Amino acid sequence: MNREALIQIVKQPVQWIEDRTGVIAFSTPLLSHHVPRSAKWWYVFGSATLMFFTIQIVTGVCLGTMYAPSASNAWESLRYIDEEIPLGWMLRALHGWSSSAMVVMMAIHMLQVFMHGSFKFPRELNWITGVFLLLTVLALAFTGQVMRWDQDAYWGLGIGAAIVDRVPVFGDQMRALMLGGPIIGGETLNRFFALHVFILPGAAIGLVGVHMTLIMKNGISEMPKPGEIVVPSTYRKGFEERMEKSGVPFFPDAAQRDMVFCGVCLILLVFLAAYYGPFGPGGMPDPTLINTNPRPDYPFMWIFGAVSLLPPASETAIMLISPVVGIAILVAVPFLSNSGERAPSRRPGMMLLAVFVVMAIVALTWEGVTSPWSPVMDGWSALPTPTQFVKGRTPLQMQGAVVFQYAQCRNCHELGGFGGKRGPALDEIATRMSPDQIVRQVQQGGGNMPAFGKNLNSAQMTAIVGFLSTLRPANEADSTIPGAQLPLPIKSPLVLESPFTGTGVPAEISAGVSSR
Amino acid sequence: MSDDSKGEAKKEGCAGCDCGGGGGAGGSLPPVAPQDARRGFMFKFGAGLLGIGGILAAVPIVGYIIGPARSRYRNEWVDLGATTLYPSGQTRFATFLNPIRQPTDGDAAKTACWVRCVEAGKFQVFAINCAHLGCPVRWFEQSKLFMCPCHGGVYYQDGTRAAGPPPRGLFEYKWKVEGGKLLIDAGRLPGLEESV
Ligand code: FES
Repeated sequence: MNREALIQIVKQPVQWIEDRTGVIAFSTPLLSHHVPRSAKWWYVFGSATLMFFTIQIVTGVCLGTMYAPSASNAWESLRYIDEEIPLGWMLRALHGWSSSAMVVMMAIHMLQVFMHGSFKFPRELNWITGVFLLLTVLALAFTGQVMRWDQDAYWGLGIGAAIVDRVPVFGDQMRALMLGGPIIGGETLNRFFALHVFILPGAAIGLVGVHMTLIMKNGISEMPKPGEIVVPSTYRKGFEERMEKSGVPFFPDAAQRDMVFCGVCLILLVFLAAYYGPFGPGGMPDPTLINTNPRPDYPFMWIFGAVSLLPPASETAIMLISPVVGIAILVAVPFLSNSGERAPSRRPGMMLLAVFVVMAIVALTWEGVTSPWSPVMDGWSALPTPTQFVKGRTPLQMQGAVVFQYAQCRNCHELGGFGGKRGPALDEIATRMSPDQIVRQVQQGGGNMPAFGKNLNSAQMTAIVGFLSTLRPANEADSTIPGAQLPLPIKSPLVLESPFTGTGVPAEISAGVSSR
Repeated sequence: MSDDSKGEAKKEGCAGCDCGGGGGAGGSLPPVAPQDARRGFMFKFGAGLLGIGGILAAVPIVGYIIGPARSRYRNEWVDLGATTLYPSGQTRFATFLNPIRQPTDGDAAKTACWVRCVEAGKFQVFAINCAHLGCPVRWFEQSKLFMCPCHGGVYYQDGTRAAGPPPRGLFEYKWKVEGGKLLIDAGRLPGLEESV
């Protein structure tokens, strides 16, 4: 068979399909449309987000074939996928890691668009659909966390319900709508399941379609240059001329960069998933197992941090109003300024704002992860008293150290760097408070400390104050008696046990550290 | 859509073809009057039918979704066992099956609470949920405090707020003693907008 005939054989069905569908005529402009020559590596993040979204759909559908969306056995079905289905754990890992990656890529993409002023005329709606995509993806992440149906999911729902419950007048009804009833139960999971697999993905697919259509209509923005000003009345004409003259076809010129970046991302994703495995499920969703420490997934850690740091008096208002205001501001961005300079160097205020927002989110996430406001629930029973605080003490003082542990003081106060961070560390308390002041503080509480007056008898109180008033660095006087004798002269180089590593630390070093 | 624009669209769509589209084919005249009137009626009739059908179909759909918001769920008296399980002066952990439950709830229908026997025959029964945002509070016998693992809420043994962000003390269940058994009035998830 000669070459001509072969070509004919291939060509004919292609032509037939093209004639019936017009698919080539439809997709050619999608691939060949011109994009700015300056669109370099900054522009790959949107494509990466889309790739991760595709992975979410594929892995999500796969998981949907095994997951049991029912409160009575969702948790078991996840364990089954993890442990019994060949590579089931890997599929869950891919779904989990790709979801985080999608949130991260989206955030970077949005930041880039903001910093480059790409949301300005005529791309206002590109930005706004992007904002709604972000909200949809965050909602997918939250509902996805509920799908794990473990203790974090259960109590996370409880926190969500408690926030909704604070809405004035309709709070109760809204909570019932959210939970599908008056308790967190079967209907709750199924509501979130419907959201997670039908409503939100449907919304996301629709929004992606609109977002892409807008990109085709308005073109991809050029790299901003100082002095190149967006003037709505003339922008389109100039942009089209520049594209004609100096633009490059999206495929392959820009697409190849997307392909390289997405390829790297994809391989990284597979490695992350294979190495770190799936997220959860954590403890069984049994609300009578209360030895739990509910924490949200990373995309929401900053909200958890913020909620914990709000002043109690105004927290309801802030919790209910700030999301609305935040979303309104995001939507309003292109209307607040849709013309003028795009270059970051000419928009220093906006750059500061972006840096501030990023830093705030990072800082709040860190606060959320470390949760210094949470008592260390087993601090009193699990943490050893550092030896430097008991060595050479009198029996009464040592008894005080015991009462100190026993009364759960350690849950909120650090000694030797270990313990709760809710209250101040007490390593040097004797330099700040006299025994009298200590008695008053322990008895009456105050400054966010409960009063222990009723719960400690006078012997315990004497002991605990005896112990606390020895807590000061060597060579430093206590708060009220200037130049008082140290109760504990350290004579020879002692070796102190570090409570956790078990490695010895020479006493001079410890003393040096503690009296810094 | 007005009949005017319809006529125009038709004209455009048929440009150059010979399909004989409608009575006024090829002409620039609008369709004749009787047809016009009938179309106008048909359009309104169709819209009306669709509207009625839509409302009829929406009733069950909307009702299904917002059903849970109607408060048809009532608390019930739940048995927490013999009062002798709760020694005087102590606070004990108790669990029960929520009287408001559905077949698919699984373990989620289990509920926990703290029972404090103030003195013989006198009780306080606290919800497990922190009054701040609902995390499970834990009782510490030695310091006689409830502590919350989420944002550091602390309560005294009588449930009053001791420290941290909670806006009030712990939620309390109504209780009664009947036939030597402690009963509490339980069901709905406690929240600020309602007392248990
Ligand atoms: S939920 Fe208990 S302190 Fe916030």
